[in-house]
Amino acid sequence: MSVDSMFVHKMWDETELSKMVDGGIPFPMLSDGAGRVGTIYGIYDADAGVETRGRFIIDPDGIIQGYEVLTPPVGRNVAESLRQIQAFQLVRASKGTEATPSGWKPGKPTLKPGIDLVGKVYTEWKTDMAFDD
Amino acid sequence: MGEELDVSCARPVSGAVGEDSPETAEKEQQEEKEAKNMIMVGRKAPDFTAPAYHKCKFVNITLSDYAGKWVVLCFYPGDFTFV
Repeated sequence: MSVDSMFVHKMWDETELSKMVDGGIPFPMLSDGAGRVGTIYGIYDADAGVETRGRFIIDPDGIIQGYEVLTPPVGRNVAESLRQIQAFQLVRASKGTEATPSGWKPGKPTLKPGIDLVGKVYTEWKTDMAFDD
Repeated sequence: MGEELDVSCARPVSGAVGEDSPETAEKEQQEEKEAKNMIMVGRKAPDFTAPAYHKCKFVNITLSDYAGKWVVLCFYPGDFTFV
């Protein structure tokens, strides 16, 4: 979503993005002309008249599980967004019985919060697990 | 997903040109209030409907139509920018 019109979205997809992605952008490119949606989401920069780089992960119940906002010159890390979605999906599937510690990615162990884990996290999680292998 | 739009140059407006109708002003105040209160992890995402370009069509997209699915909502500064 940006402040560009849907007409500009069409031209951008046709002339440039479809040369990066086969078949063009597969998801809807939304238009937020006056920045109203961006204002509600707290990421519209009224002085510059543009949206900043806000990214919101919304679960199937419509709950915001996470967000990230960057100033325009720095791009996002898509792999990190996907990792967060996978983590939120795992937690949801476990109905909250599992949690993903720092550095978790698919295949790494989760934590099972409960009275037995109090003061014992060090037995399950080591600091090197915060980093990629 | 979403209702297909007629292609036209008209934009939805309310009130006289250059003058906010009381209704609009009230709505803006409400939106400002929402902006302060509504974004928080663990809380409902504010619903909206916005026009969009999707697979060679112009459509209206409503966030709540995606209930039951995971949604990534991304904002960015502008088309044809570099990053």
